[in-house]
Amino acid sequence: MNLNPTTSVRVERSQDTPSSADIPRLHQLVKFILSVRRRRRSKGSGRTVLVVSAFLLLATPALADSHLPAARWANSQLPDARQEAAARALMEEIRCLVCQGQSIADSDAELAGDMRAVVRTRIAAGERPEAVRGWLVERYGAWVSYRPPVEPLSWPLWAAPLALLGLAAWLVRKRLVRRR
Amino acid sequence: MVIRLTRFVPLAVLLLFVGAVAWRLAVPRDDRVPSKLEGQPLPAFALPAALPARPGLASSDLAQGQPRLVNIFASWCVPCIAEAPILMALKRQGVPIDAIAIRDRPEAVAAFLARHGDPFERIGADRDSRVQIALGSSGVPETFVVDGAGIIRAQHIGPIAAADIPGLMRALEAAR
Repeated sequence: MNLNPTTSVRVERSQDTPSSADIPRLHQLVKFILSVRRRRRSKGSGRTVLVVSAFLLLATPALADSHLPAARWANSQLPDARQEAAARALMEEIRCLVCQGQSIADSDAELAGDMRAVVRTRIAAGERPEAVRGWLVERYGAWVSYRPPVEPLSWPLWAAPLALLGLAAWLVRKRLVRRR
Repeated sequence: MVIRLTRFVPLAVLLLFVGAVAWRLAVPRDDRVPSKLEGQPLPAFALPAALPARPGLASSDLAQGQPRLVNIFASWCVPCIAEAPILMALKRQGVPIDAIAIRDRPEAVAAFLARHGDPFERIGADRDSRVQIALGSSGVPETFVVDGAGIIRAQHIGPIAAADIPGLMRALEAAR
């Protein structure tokens, strides 16, 4: 243990500052880095990036959106809070047809907005959420709902959590026994 | 023996993973969402006219004894431009085609048809995609084959290519 600060500082300095032999190498490195940067700039790659990004900003995606305003009930809540909550809960569980990993509640796609409007309109008209879900499933299949139906095809899906729990219990069975 | 076999578990997992990746690379996922209404009667709808000089489209217009195509399109839809000449060719072959314009303005529809051809007899304006959703359609362009009794007989998702014409003609023939 070294409690003398002056000696320790001296030791560090002697190790960390580059020796006179190192200085040319460092100098070369700096020169190399500078030359690389100069070369890149002289080829105009910075300008190319700028031009390309400007064009990308101007470009419209192949599947563009219309420029019509959103449907009446796409982004505004129903006046009745209970109906709005029911609509909201259903929208969280309906899959967007455009961005297929999102719910229509999360998606910014226009079709998702129009589907939200359909959901809200139907619920405001007194339809039960499960009936609205059924109406959509009739058109797009069970795929459109994030709540899979219980049917022979989806039994493995529903059984999976139990099977995984069972597997985990089997894996840790020795530990459980040893701790006793 | 057991220990020797468990040694290969990571390799097996890796091979499974590589296999799954290779399979999905070779057979890309089909993310089209077909309408489940094929074989079902059209849902009842009555759309206002998309153009002032052209009648709108109601489900009753599609149950007139003859099979028809219903093209779901939009002036802002780029692939719709690609299929426009094919629709014109179908019209020249005597196929009656009606259309539903999704989220569109009359002047934009008129400009689109003036530029890319106008094969449509009736055009309904679906400003908030309500009828599109009722039909189980998930995008533009899509084309439905509807028989003379107003029953959906086939659906084509995406732009119609020249290679799709024989299949569509067969579906129209079958709907007769």
